[in-house]
Amino acid sequence: MEVASYVPVLIQVLLAVFMAVAILSASHLFGQRARGNYIKDAAYECGLPAEGKIHPKFSVKFYVVAMLFILFDIEVVFLIPWVLIYREFLAAHLPILLPVFFFLFILTVGLIYEMKKGGLKWER
Amino acid sequence: MDWIDILLKVVFAFLMVMVVMTMAGYSVLAERKIASWIQGRVGPNRTALPGLSSIPVLGPMLVKMGIWQPLADGVKFLFKEDPIPGHVKKFYYVLAPMISLAPALITMVVLPFGVYYVDGQAMPLVLANVDIGILFILAVSSLGVYGIVIGGWAANSKYPFYGGIRSSAQMISYELAMGMSILPVLMWANGPAGGLGDLTLYNVVTSQQAVWLVFWMPVPAFVFLVSLFAETNRMPFDAPESETELVGGFHTEYGSFKFGLYFVAEYAHMIIGSAVFTLLFLGGWQLFPTFGILPDWVANPWAGWGWIGSVLSVLVFIGKLLFFIVFFIWVRWTLPRFRYDQIMNLGWKYLVPIALACIFIYALIIAGWDLMVAVENTPAEVVQPDGQVVTQQEDLITH
Repeated sequence: MEVASYVPVLIQVLLAVFMAVAILSASHLFGQRARGNYIKDAAYECGLPAEGKIHPKFSVKFYVVAMLFILFDIEVVFLIPWVLIYREFLAAHLPILLPVFFFLFILTVGLIYEMKKGGLKWER
Repeated sequence: MDWIDILLKVVFAFLMVMVVMTMAGYSVLAERKIASWIQGRVGPNRTALPGLSSIPVLGPMLVKMGIWQPLADGVKFLFKEDPIPGHVKKFYYVLAPMISLAPALITMVVLPFGVYYVDGQAMPLVLANVDIGILFILAVSSLGVYGIVIGGWAANSKYPFYGGIRSSAQMISYELAMGMSILPVLMWANGPAGGLGDLTLYNVVTSQQAVWLVFWMPVPAFVFLVSLFAETNRMPFDAPESETELVGGFHTEYGSFKFGLYFVAEYAHMIIGSAVFTLLFLGGWQLFPTFGILPDWVANPWAGWGWIGSVLSVLVFIGKLLFFIVFFIWVRWTLPRFRYDQIMNLGWKYLVPIALACIFIYALIIAGWDLMVAVENTPAEVVQPDGQVVTQQEDLITH
């Protein structure tokens, strides 16, 4: 498919950015002006003075989830070309079922392994 | 491509953005109305427009329905003070809502929303008929998470920060299940005839003429739907903004139209998500599935009706879309919020394995189906020129 069919995509991207910028500028332009005070410039924690660090520590689990996501998402991306030609290959009697099942098997083993290792345990 | 063409495309793109934004605005109204009906209240019924609301019967009725409420909300957002608190990271604070809105508006470019006929040839009504279709939607809509993460981080405040972190983990987890759940669909949509393989949603819709995929693949459809709720941060999954733990979540420090952009983006994502679900599993603009026994015109009764047929197909599509928006709202006011560890467990320990199992099972079923069809279409015995009889069916099966 030629590049020209992607022109509407470019237009849409520019339009989306334009819309967002236009809305925010309009809001800035027409919005009321009010005097600031120190309460407005403080972090909101239900009206109490903010305590502790502004960016507190958070669980390492979030990193684990992010890394697992990258691993599995890449494997899903690998599967997309397969699903496109799967039936075509079957019709042409090319071996496609077992090789990909081997791939999926490794994926499954990986998922089971990280579950057994407790990589996805959130209780505690 | 000359300038008139491009100008026309800009106008169409603008119109579509306007339609989706209006739908987003009125989904907010629908949300408030349905919420109040579920809770035995009346909902917004006061906002009146000076001229129009004094029309005898129609005016008060529209006011009762709250038709002018989204307009009033928009104007209120516009004229409110637009504060940038002193403690935030200013650049990212302003950037984040824009990043949140943009993907929702960009993904609609590859969504086909109807069909038209040129010389009997069916063509999709779509802004950009590119062959990466669904991949583009997955890629761009996942950028929405940046809006939330950057917003939460730029607010320089504890609870928005937690909200952003939680939201990012939740959204990427469910994206996995979502991506896996559409693989069987694509597998089925790209038939055995060679050279047809592409990822356009139009291809998926036309493959559903015989049977909508929600009947043929109910489990992937369910996985996709649940992931959709999580991706749009809708109610059973709205941990990023759970008021009881995190004040207002990632948009605690936002006000005025910056908050409004987050709000519109959430509803725009909901609309786009419903549209994708409709296209993937509910036959898009097709009226009824034929189930292989009804005549073909049941699916597209407007095939010969010219532009009226196109309009009807768009209306059918929008009808299915609205059903899903109401479904989203209905679920929100019915189910309580899940706890965060429950959300992550559901995503990783249930939806991902189920989606994976679906890939296995449907790969086998489709292989079996194709083999059956191939066997049926092959003559049982073929006499070759040298008089030898070859049984082709056995030949096929051994492959």
